[in-house]
Amino acid sequence: MSLFEYLAEMTNWTRPETGIVARIVQHLVLTVLAVGLAAVVTIPLGMLIGHAHRGRLVLAGLGTVTRAVPWVGLVVALVLLVGADGSGLLVILVIAAAPVILVATATGVGAADPAAVHSARALGLGPIQVAGTIEWPLALPQILTGVRTAGLLVVATVTVAAYAGAGGLGRFLVEGQRQGPGGYPQMFTGAVLVAAVAVLLHVLLAAATWAAAGTGRRTARFDDRVPLPAA
Amino acid sequence: MTWDWLSTHAAYVLGLVGRHLLLALLPTLAALVVSVPLGCLVARNRRLSVVVLTVLALLAAIPALVWFVAMPVVLGTQLLDPINVGVALTIVSVAALVRSVVSGLRTVAPAVSASAAAVGYGALRRLALVELPLAAPSVLAGLRVVAVANIALVCVAGMLGLGTLGELFVVGLAESRYAPVVIGLVLAVLLSLVADGLIALIRRGALPWLRAEAAR
Repeated sequence: MSLFEYLAEMTNWTRPETGIVARIVQHLVLTVLAVGLAAVVTIPLGMLIGHAHRGRLVLAGLGTVTRAVPWVGLVVALVLLVGADGSGLLVILVIAAAPVILVATATGVGAADPAAVHSARALGLGPIQVAGTIEWPLALPQILTGVRTAGLLVVATVTVAAYAGAGGLGRFLVEGQRQGPGGYPQMFTGAVLVAAVAVLLHVLLAAATWAAAGTGRRTARFDDRVPLPAA
Repeated sequence: MTWDWLSTHAAYVLGLVGRHLLLALLPTLAALVVSVPLGCLVARNRRLSVVVLTVLALLAAIPALVWFVAMPVVLGTQLLDPINVGVALTIVSVAALVRSVVSGLRTVAPAVSASAAAVGYGALRRLALVELPLAAPSVLAGLRVVAVANIALVCVAGMLGLGTLGELFVVGLAESRYAPVVIGLVLAVLLSLVADGLIALIRRGALPWLRAEAAR
């Protein structure tokens, strides 16, 4: 059965729990929950770190380590520990997503236009006001980029986690592979679906990033001013 | 218990490590070779660079496992052919690396290029001897990220059945043992950190002026 025949068959879409729509929902629910939880915890923390301009080395190290860990291995270890349960997988996904968003937030807030921050302080704004009204809008594109990277990481990890028993679109890959060469169309279907979800997520968040960069675009007109001394 | 398993399977694990490194490092080098000229071509034209970088970002958004599975359709190979992994990782790595090359070249002050031209450097010589060395910190930083990511991604290929460290996770699941999984995790992270450290060392060795600048 080819990709098109598989997609054209309506029952393949609507089957409860194992149909295409159900798998997409499982995948998206895990992704949104993991990234949302990670963001809620790490964005405030990242803003604190970035505003205080501290911990640059730790952030760099964190970034490297989080990219070096094959998260699917941790998923497998977890499955061996407690069985193929949804909540354990969610914990690992949050742990995978959190450093990405933390580093992006901290670097974004830390890199907020120093001239704007200086002016705000000179005008008498307190640290919370500076963080909220100056640093937040200027850092938002980078924060959203971090959220996007984390989201794509989670989508990819959920896909591979199917090999350890999780739900989601990766199951088409696992079950297709189990059927041997004849199951390849099913694998390819799963692959195309995951690619579609990933691209959609990327486009939506990239559009949000572009929209959030409005402040930077508007103030870039004033970039021919005399630069501040590097203090 | 873990050590027992390791000592009885040492040759097997070593074979996996070798294959893992091969599948991870060759695409990384290939990506470097492709990305630098591509980045140079793209960096000159602002509009072209926006288009190319956007397309590359879309390609990079697609998970590596999806690329591994889709490659047989594109290349006409079998699913478990290592060429799939090689090509897929090269594409994903180029997508990430070209951005580093372009942003590195953008940091070169126009005055520097202009001075080089004024002294008589042709465009190619300027690129090779002035602009690329100045862009190198950004490129090497990108290379670090790509190398580390590739080593982790090749684990995923192993779970499909391509004979890398990821296979240890599958073995662990099948036999309900922790030892292979722990060993796979530790080795993968170790390899990534070693690769990261190596590239950092190369950066320090090849770009001595950065140290002098930092000391000032």
